[in-house]
Amino acid sequence: MAVETLPEPSTRVTPTSRSGFGFLTSGPIITTATICLTIIVVLAIIAPWIVPHDPMLLKPAQRLKPASAEFLLGTDAYGRDVLSRILYGGRISLLIGLGSAIISIVVGLVIGLVSGFFKWVDAVMMRIMDGLMAIPAILLAIAVVSLSGASLLTVMIAITIPEIPRVARLVRSVVLSAREEPYVEAAISLGSSLPKIMWRHLMPNTIAPLIVQGTYVCAAAILTEAILSFLGAGISPEIPTWGNIMAEGRTYFQIKPSLIFWPGLMLSIAILSVNLIGDAARDALDPRLKRREGRK
Amino acid sequence: MSDIVLDIDNLVVTLGKEADSDRVIDGVSLQVREGETLCLVGESGSGKSVTSLTVMGLQQKGALVPVSGSARLVGEELLTASDKRLRQLRATRMAMIFQEPMTALNPVVPVGRQIDEVLRAHTNLDAGTRQQRILAMMEHVRLPDVTRIFKSYPHQLSGGQRQRIMIAMALVLEPKLLIADEPTTALDVTTQKQILALIRDLQRDHGTAVLFITHDMGVVAEIADRVAVMRYGRIVETGPLDDVLRAPTMEYTRNLLSSVPSLVPRAPRPESTEPIVLETSALGKVYRERSFVGKAREVAAAKDVTLTLRKGRTLGIVGESGSGKSTVARCIVRLIDPTTGSVRLVGREISGLSRTALQPHRKRIQIVFQDPYRSLNPRVTVGESIAEGPINYGVPRNEALKRAGELLELVDLPADAISRYPHQFSGGQRQRIAIARALALDPDVLVADEAVSALDVSVQAQVLDLFDEIQARLGIALLFITHDLRVAAQICDDVVVMQHGRVVEQGPAAAVLTDPQQAYTKQLLDAAPGRHWDFANFRPVDSSPGVGAV
Amino acid sequence: MLGYLIRRILAAIPVMGVVALFVFLLLRLTPGDPAAIIAGDNATPEQLMRIRISLGLNEPLYVQFITWIGQLLRGDLGVSLISGVPVLRMIGQRIEPTIAVALSTIVVSILVAVPLGVIAAWKRGTWIDRGVMGLSVIGFSVPVFVIGYVLIQVFAIDLRWLPVQGFRSLSRGLVPFAERLVLPTLALSFIYVALIARMTRAAMLDVLDEDYVRTARAKGIGETGVLLRHALRNAAVPVITVIGTGFALLISGVVVTESVFNLPGIGRLTVDAVLARDYPVIQAMILLTSGIYVAINLLIDLAYTLLDPRIRY
Repeated sequence: MAVETLPEPSTRVTPTSRSGFGFLTSGPIITTATICLTIIVVLAIIAPWIVPHDPMLLKPAQRLKPASAEFLLGTDAYGRDVLSRILYGGRISLLIGLGSAIISIVVGLVIGLVSGFFKWVDAVMMRIMDGLMAIPAILLAIAVVSLSGASLLTVMIAITIPEIPRVARLVRSVVLSAREEPYVEAAISLGSSLPKIMWRHLMPNTIAPLIVQGTYVCAAAILTEAILSFLGAGISPEIPTWGNIMAEGRTYFQIKPSLIFWPGLMLSIAILSVNLIGDAARDALDPRLKRREGRK
Repeated sequence: MSDIVLDIDNLVVTLGKEADSDRVIDGVSLQVREGETLCLVGESGSGKSVTSLTVMGLQQKGALVPVSGSARLVGEELLTASDKRLRQLRATRMAMIFQEPMTALNPVVPVGRQIDEVLRAHTNLDAGTRQQRILAMMEHVRLPDVTRIFKSYPHQLSGGQRQRIMIAMALVLEPKLLIADEPTTALDVTTQKQILALIRDLQRDHGTAVLFITHDMGVVAEIADRVAVMRYGRIVETGPLDDVLRAPTMEYTRNLLSSVPSLVPRAPRPESTEPIVLETSALGKVYRERSFVGKAREVAAAKDVTLTLRKGRTLGIVGESGSGKSTVARCIVRLIDPTTGSVRLVGREISGLSRTALQPHRKRIQIVFQDPYRSLNPRVTVGESIAEGPINYGVPRNEALKRAGELLELVDLPADAISRYPHQFSGGQRQRIAIARALALDPDVLVADEAVSALDVSVQAQVLDLFDEIQARLGIALLFITHDLRVAAQICDDVVVMQHGRVVEQGPAAAVLTDPQQAYTKQLLDAAPGRHWDFANFRPVDSSPGVGAV
Repeated sequence: MLGYLIRRILAAIPVMGVVALFVFLLLRLTPGDPAAIIAGDNATPEQLMRIRISLGLNEPLYVQFITWIGQLLRGDLGVSLISGVPVLRMIGQRIEPTIAVALSTIVVSILVAVPLGVIAAWKRGTWIDRGVMGLSVIGFSVPVFVIGYVLIQVFAIDLRWLPVQGFRSLSRGLVPFAERLVLPTLALSFIYVALIARMTRAAMLDVLDEDYVRTARAKGIGETGVLLRHALRNAAVPVITVIGTGFALLISGVVVTESVFNLPGIGRLTVDAVLARDYPVIQAMILLTSGIYVAINLLIDLAYTLLDPRIRY
């Protein structure tokens, strides 16, 4: 293009653009999101020490009490303290969010890197990924969970499987376009080995998009876990998770809507914060991604 | 004296709205008269495109702000005109054509309709009249088979045809001013010649004022009536073409002109008896497109290419885009695998070797690419980049880094460059780094694939000097791929001319470039812009051994 | 053109093959006796035996797979283990609410999201842009069942404008049909609007930087013409693509929405089947939705050739 606004387009990928997490406080909205998420994480970690009541303790005499000094958000149909259950509920959500992000990124990175480099692997892998992407995530997850039993691990795996193709495709596309870069061809002619080229010249290109994608996977995983619990196909109902609290609240919705709204609010704030941080990370880490990708 | 069509007076454009913003355009004044072509010439970043976009009101809004001065079109102020008024003026009084005709046309709309839009926006003609007028205009810009092209999409046309469509679109309402922003830079020389002639003829017929933006002195010599040289957002020098070319008053203009390589080949070096380091015979590369229904399509990107290169010599492969010259280079370096033929590197056949078997031979041949901004990994320091090759071949890290420092000195870069990152360097400096990286392995052959094509002419001259110096010091053999005959004339001992994947003609540069035997080579030389002018010596080319005298 | 069509259809076959294999292996490769998993903890030996025979679990794995694929190709999706009704008939009985909600959501979402995305891109960086983007992040983040319950609380319980839950077939009148569709559609549209608006904006921003948009402006045509004729035409391919890939998201949303609003659609059918471990129904539902997903994306691939003349192999 002939438009010459600046003397040197020297800001392509500067090392400084990768350093630090300064973007977390780069504006009022994103700062709020960071603070909210920090509070939710801290509350989840210290929940066992601060909850006013045992979240699992059944007190049939105290069923569906309204909010009071003793039960700040009231009690549920089994007389359990809702506040305590909500505080505990964050633990499962965040654990699953983080775990799914890590698993999907590790697996997706390996699949994507290998597919980006070996044609035959690519042909097979991408068909499998296409197949997995064709199955609606919720259906796939509830089917996996219902068949293999609902434990924390199976739920995490069930949520992760549909996310892997997206990560793998992302890594693959980054690798394929980076492979065309003259500096990679230069490395080939310098006699660099394949692992060295992958590690030194290709992998670094995937870091920024993966951090971004990781936050989105994290948000999606929290959401999916809640949906699974809500549908009754998630972690065992007596364990407090935001989805489980809401699932139980469905029956009493017309009597006591707060059983759905409070955990719903926490859930929404958590997912919103993670998504906002993902957007900010994308804007900060990879200006080229900013416009290209909508979300997935 | 004819009327002034465009009058820019003391124009200042800043980057952003603040009072202390950087000035991209810093007090530019120029005039273009009816029937006149003013060439605005300058290197990248000089502000020539910003000037023209500001006239059209097409500069990036908010980012580039005209803060003072004036730009008048036939007396009417443009800088303060409303958006609506600017829209009315565009295409009717002032029109613009751009560098890249592929991206400048909407890919999903037939070209006829794209021209039609101009008429629909600015006239009340009915559909039939509009179509007639468009077809007439398309014939006027010498497009063949206009009824078919009218319905064609841009991707179905050649680069030259697309630029003709752009010109037809720009001139269909006979504007007073045509701004041409590097309109031939993306085109091959033969097409460039036709487009330049077309612009000249149309201008003569219609008395259009043309503001022609270019970085190419050859093009300037072909088309300009007057020249304005721009640098750092200012006009350095302005005057009639002949005055500027013969007797430039400013140092910068002199340097710019002196940097333009001459088409007259340099004095030939004596025949060499040094050993042959690179030899290809009947080298070919065929691309197959597999298809489920119908036959597989085969495209021969290179066919029957035979060449030899001796130690300490420079062989040029010249040709237009699509001639297969880069394919040959990439086959030789084994970035792609040749389909047929042989490549012998220092006596050893390498065309059939597997990746592992090739490994020990890779270091004997290295390559420098065209785009200096993409040929270095932005996340790796310059020193590490240069040391990568030697480390691959077992040189200890410390030693390799020490050697990297020496190589940086060899390519005239400061020693402290070693720990810096590529983005801290200019395009020319990066190209030097890429050369140092290639030299780190002490190769026998260095392949330069359009290695100076992306550089400004003054930087290009320095990098060409560097290649010469390296060859003199290291006795390395150079395989120089270029589309630019001027560059080839100055650096090559021998040249190979390619067209459509085949070698058309080859021989000593002095012979091929002064007395071509093949029609295609003649055509190429004939199309080289400014071939009648010897820029470095500020005079026309003498007719004695001259090129243009054929 | 015909070649392109054939190639696209052939390319869809391995995708469906992977889906079928996945569904098949899902039951067989999970640890433990599939029959016991299906029957649950309190099954009698007779029940287990019946399930084994009806699923052919006593055969070798590959025989089971071939038999099953053969049945599928004949259009036999099996029989529900719970009710004994053929799965295909169950789906037929419950497809209407699902199609109604899915279609109305797609239509509403496109009508809302595309203009939003175009305007946001055009007004890039302004409060309008930030507002649209902010709404889009919220749309992504608030789960559809939370939105659903908020809508029920506000419009059905507090304002009493619309019925709380349930479904009436179109055959029983347009008004009762439509008024029960409003809230589910609204709830489900949030995430879809967010997705499409975001992609429209991104695609438009890319296109607005293109040279031909500058050419269009240089021709002196109005901004509306520049935006619609030149920019949106070229931005259409990624937008349509995301509508297609977003279909998987839509299905997931439908499953949840049907539970919230008590709609007797195939989403509920699936959830009930999962909870009851009615495996033939689960298998059929996954195959069916994936098949529709693949078919929709096939249609979209063909739509590319109409939108972009360069894609015409």
